[in-house]
Amino acid sequence: MTASLGSAALALAFATTVFAAAAALAGRNGDERWLLASRRAVYGACGLLTLCVVLIEAAFLGDDFSFHIVEQHSSIETPTFYKLAAMWSSQEGSLLLWAWVLSIASSLALYATRNRLREIVPYATAVMAGVASFFTGLMLFAGGVNPFATLDPAPADGVGLNPLLQHPSMMIHPPMLYSGYVAFTIPFAFAIGALVARRLDASWIRATRRFALIAWAFLGFGLLLGARWSYTELGWGGYWAWDPVENAALMPWLIGTAFLHSIMVQEKRGMLKVWNACLIVATFSLALLGTFLVRSGVLQSIHAFGDSTVGPYILGLIGVVLIGSTALIVSRLDDLRSPKRIDSLASREAVFVVNNLLLVGLCATIFWGTFFPLISELFTGTKSSLAAPWFDRYTTPLAILLVLFTGIGPLLAWRRVSWATAKRVFVVPAAAAAALALVLVLFTDAAQEPWALALFVFAGFSLVGLAQELWRGAAARRSLSGGSMPAALVAVVSRNRRRYGGYIVHAGVAVLLIGIAASSSFQTKRDVELRPGGSATIDGRAVTYVRPTVAADPQKLTFGAVLAVRQGSGSYVLRPSRRFYRPTGGGAGTIASFFEGEATSEVGLRAGAGSDLWVAPQPDIAAVQRRARAADRGFRACVSGAPGTPAQCRAVSRLMRAAAANPALRPIALRQIEALQAATAERIAHSFLAEDAPVTFRVIVNPLVTWMWIGGLIALAGALIALWPARRGRRLPAGDLELEALKEAKYREIRDAELDHAAGKLSDEDFALLDAELRKEAVEILDLGNGAANGHREVVERPTEPV
Amino acid sequence: MDPQRKRKIRLVVALSAAVLLAAGLVYTSFTASSEAKEPSQLIDAAPGKSYDMTGKVVRGSVRRNGDSLRFRVVDRDGSGPSLPVAYSGTVPDPFRGGREIVLTGEVEDGVFVGEPDTLVTKCPSKFTTNDG
Repeated sequence: MTASLGSAALALAFATTVFAAAAALAGRNGDERWLLASRRAVYGACGLLTLCVVLIEAAFLGDDFSFHIVEQHSSIETPTFYKLAAMWSSQEGSLLLWAWVLSIASSLALYATRNRLREIVPYATAVMAGVASFFTGLMLFAGGVNPFATLDPAPADGVGLNPLLQHPSMMIHPPMLYSGYVAFTIPFAFAIGALVARRLDASWIRATRRFALIAWAFLGFGLLLGARWSYTELGWGGYWAWDPVENAALMPWLIGTAFLHSIMVQEKRGMLKVWNACLIVATFSLALLGTFLVRSGVLQSIHAFGDSTVGPYILGLIGVVLIGSTALIVSRLDDLRSPKRIDSLASREAVFVVNNLLLVGLCATIFWGTFFPLISELFTGTKSSLAAPWFDRYTTPLAILLVLFTGIGPLLAWRRVSWATAKRVFVVPAAAAAALALVLVLFTDAAQEPWALALFVFAGFSLVGLAQELWRGAAARRSLSGGSMPAALVAVVSRNRRRYGGYIVHAGVAVLLIGIAASSSFQTKRDVELRPGGSATIDGRAVTYVRPTVAADPQKLTFGAVLAVRQGSGSYVLRPSRRFYRPTGGGAGTIASFFEGEATSEVGLRAGAGSDLWVAPQPDIAAVQRRARAADRGFRACVSGAPGTPAQCRAVSRLMRAAAANPALRPIALRQIEALQAATAERIAHSFLAEDAPVTFRVIVNPLVTWMWIGGLIALAGALIALWPARRGRRLPAGDLELEALKEAKYREIRDAELDHAAGKLSDEDFALLDAELRKEAVEILDLGNGAANGHREVVERPTEPV
Repeated sequence: MDPQRKRKIRLVVALSAAVLLAAGLVYTSFTASSEAKEPSQLIDAAPGKSYDMTGKVVRGSVRRNGDSLRFRVVDRDGSGPSLPVAYSGTVPDPFRGGREIVLTGEVEDGVFVGEPDTLVTKCPSKFTTNDG
């Protein structure tokens, strides 16, 4: 019943998105009724897809195993928290998530632009609705991926969610990544709209900048969560493996980063239009490619997503997007040309161009490495793959240069900086970096790893530079309006959220890269075999294996270890364990299967600002398994009821005979046998405690790795600050919104220049020149608004708010 | 120097640097890569050459002896003859019979000897039916 309701809602959502696209195109010349209809259709599709998601989640929560998706990815025993998350661990569920998030993002974008961008919105709507209809259509027509497929008769229990995926970050990691992928659709759609309508100023960028930033933040946070999951759950102690699927998520993030920078150049200077259009097309295509890669089986990945029916369709969509967009950009080349040139290499826009090239270079390198198996097959006939060292070799220098530019960029003002001024702002960070280098070389062994040393020094340069920026901004603010320094700092950040939010992101990235460099270059990793009572010393930490533990619950058997660690004068206890999940899916198996199922490591982790101690145990359970197999043999002897059956077996064999005669008794007999097997397995597991068996511990000392997570969170906080909406001024009639936005942007630029001047980033002469230029541009905008015909000229007043 | 000329020079320099870097990238990728093979192609492979072996662990073939591990692998589709594998060190969590693995190593006397720390086990599929 709910399944047919869901199917109907999905089919209706498909029809609605198709209608929305068609209506938007019908209203491209400004026909208000068609535009309204298309917008409402997008809202409607969002409602319908929300209903679909609610129905699926309800089926998961209610253990409705008549749903194929529920049967495959959940079970009665699955914890409620993970029942909610199980939807997106399935192929069809993740497609539904894609479509649903897209419909939400599209609705928000259309609501935000309901009175703006008249020429662009119809085409943008058509693109967004087109993509949404593609994904809903995929679920309906591709075969095998309809989330509302049912089973008849409904099984009593499901297969269950893979225990490896039962980790809190798995609850949010996939939706974060998907939201990131999906939200890039919005700036892409508006870029296409702008190209088709030939409205090639920065208006589409102003309307969708926020979506690009949200997409970027989601994708970045998703990557961070994935790394965290790998570090704490997978038992190998790493957080990044250059696996194709990881790379697939990193690539759009890198190009998205480049895009977020270069659109500022278009916003402020009207340059790089072709480049920006190319970047957003590339970002969206890479996001689609990521969606494709996990579903195609084209590349060997540790995320062994199988071949499926949807791969070729997504590949087709990527082809359409790439060919269509390229043709569109080429046909608009004349409109995209900008008469302006970059004034000076010592300007922020020049640094942005360099950073763009670095990011694109980084992405191209990763792309080459990721697809190398296909490339080599094409040229040499054999599939060859590139391992992590190859990726490290190329990405390390690029990352080091990038971290340097995260520091240089914010120190330079827009348009031009005189060398004298540049020298002044660089003195402190450069001196700090030199001092840091000296300290690192003299007092640590950082010099053994020149790349890491370079990264530390450059990151130090950037962090000091950013701190100086904040400090000077706050000082400038304070000299204007007084108050305490902290208050001035808060005020200057909250009044210039985009600017300082961005700087905070930079600081976060620098901190994150320090964590990565330190933990990958100076890690100590050892595998030690210990028996209870034994100990080993790893990098100054004396680790003693005190005793084994065994625990049983309805889901799993857990073999744990109590470790006492002495480090300097302090000591602490770690309790890592290895979990063996019970066979699921019902039916009596063997006792041995309790020890052969899915196993996961619960890592023992002592995180610290200086370094992490990470321990994962691999107990030698060979003896336990032997005992389990012996028990199975005994059990079979019991069931067969052969002569000489031991006394304690008779009850079981009686039960089996009764069940054989009377099918109604079967489920009861099966349950009893299962319970008996489980009890036996638990007893055997507990025998591990007495047997003094060795455990292989993988022990890793990871310096500064905590800063990787902290840096990621700092960057996320910075993105949120940059996203936080500014207080709205007075409301304006609909027609003036676009002009008002333009005016607002120019005023902000004037304010920015004043802040830069006050903070000492612009010399007096540079500022005078720049200010005059900006005011002239502002007057031009005002003329536009007042109608140049009546010759009226408004005086450009001081910007509305002080810095 | 007139700005037009300067721009052109700058462009040429940047482009040639990019081409050089790209050439280096392409060259090293061909030399640094290791051939990906399936077990059936490695049964009579020449010793002393490094391969990326992708195969499926035969159920019930995993034997652990202290730190070292012995098991057999077959082609990913489950067909073909099985290849014995020796590996020492800890294995990733998802490793078990029936799983697909990728392992770098060489063939010695008919046994594929894996390099330590190169064994990757594919995550149990999220997007295929669970047959593990």
